[in-house]
Amino acid sequence: MAKIVVDVMLKPEILDPQGNAVASALPRLGFSFAKSVRQGKRFEIEVEGEPTAAQLAEVEKAAEVLLSNPVIENFVVRVEK
Amino acid sequence: MRVGVITFPGTLDDRDAARAVVAGGAEAVALWHADADLKSVDAVILPGGFSYGDYLRCGAISRFAPVMNLVIEAAGKGMPVLGICNGFQVLCESHLLPGALTRNSDLHFLCRDQEIEIVNNTTAWTSSYKAGEKIVIPLKNGEGSFQCDDSTLAMLEGEGRIIARYVGQNPNGSRNLIAGITNERGNVVGLMPHPEHAIDELTGPTAQGLGFFTSILNAMVK
Repeated sequence: MAKIVVDVMLKPEILDPQGNAVASALPRLGFSFAKSVRQGKRFEIEVEGEPTAAQLAEVEKAAEVLLSNPVIENFVVRVEK
Repeated sequence: MRVGVITFPGTLDDRDAARAVVAGGAEAVALWHADADLKSVDAVILPGGFSYGDYLRCGAISRFAPVMNLVIEAAGKGMPVLGICNGFQVLCESHLLPGALTRNSDLHFLCRDQEIEIVNNTTAWTSSYKAGEKIVIPLKNGEGSFQCDDSTLAMLEGEGRIIARYVGQNPNGSRNLIAGITNERGNVVGLMPHPEHAIDELTGPTAQGLGFFTSILNAMVK
C-alpha cells in the first residue's frame, strides 16, 4: 500500500503566528538552533497499489480545491513508499 | 421580505441573526446546510460560529455544503448575502469575496466591544449608515486577520470595496485595518465583527448593529 502525502504550508509572505509562537518557545526550553519556524499541515492519503499518474493528478486537483487555500497556502504532492 | 439565515453544524449565532432580521423589519427564514432549496428568500445571512468545527480551515468544509451551491449561484445573480465572522470566512473560501482570514496575529481569541468605521455605505448591507459613521459592536474571533496579496489589497482600496475598518489599534493583524469587504457589485458583504449582537441596548453594547439589517430593506425597496 502506497501513501500519497500532501504538505500544505502558508505562503512565505503570509504571517504565521503559530510558527512564531513555536519559535519563541524553543529557546525557553534551551533549544537555540531555530532561526525561524513555519507551521503547516500534512495529509497522508492511502491508495491501493502504486499510485497512478491519474490518481496523482486527482490529488493535485483536490489539494488545490479543498486541502489548501491557494490565496494563502502552497502545497506539494509526493509519493511515500 | 424574507431573509434566510443558514445553520451549519457548529453555527452559533443563527438565533441572534434571525432576531436581528426581525428587529430590522424583515421575516427570518431558517435554512439548513443540507437544504436543496433557498425557500424563496430575498437575501441570505451566513452567521458566525464554528461550522464543521473549523476543521481543515475555517469555512473550508461549509463551502461545499449543498445550500452553498445555491447561495453562490444566487449571489452571482445579485441576491444580497451577508457573511458575519465564520460566515465571512465561508464567503472567502467560496471565492465570493477575495482574500482569506487567518489566525489573529497575537494568537489570542478576542471577545470585546470594538469600534469600527463604516467606510462604504453604498452596499446592500450598509446603506442605513452614513459614510464615515463610527459604531461599536462585538468582535469575537480567533481567526479574523484579513490577508490578501498586494494587488488584491490595492484593488479593494481603489474600488472602494472595503466597507468597514477597525478604529484604533489593529485587533487582529488585518491588512489595512479591514473589518469588512464587499464584492464588485456590492451585494455580497463579509464582516468580521458582529452587528447581530448589537441590535438593542438590553442585550448588546449598543443598538448600532441594527443598520445592517435595516439596510437590506432599503436595498429591496429600490
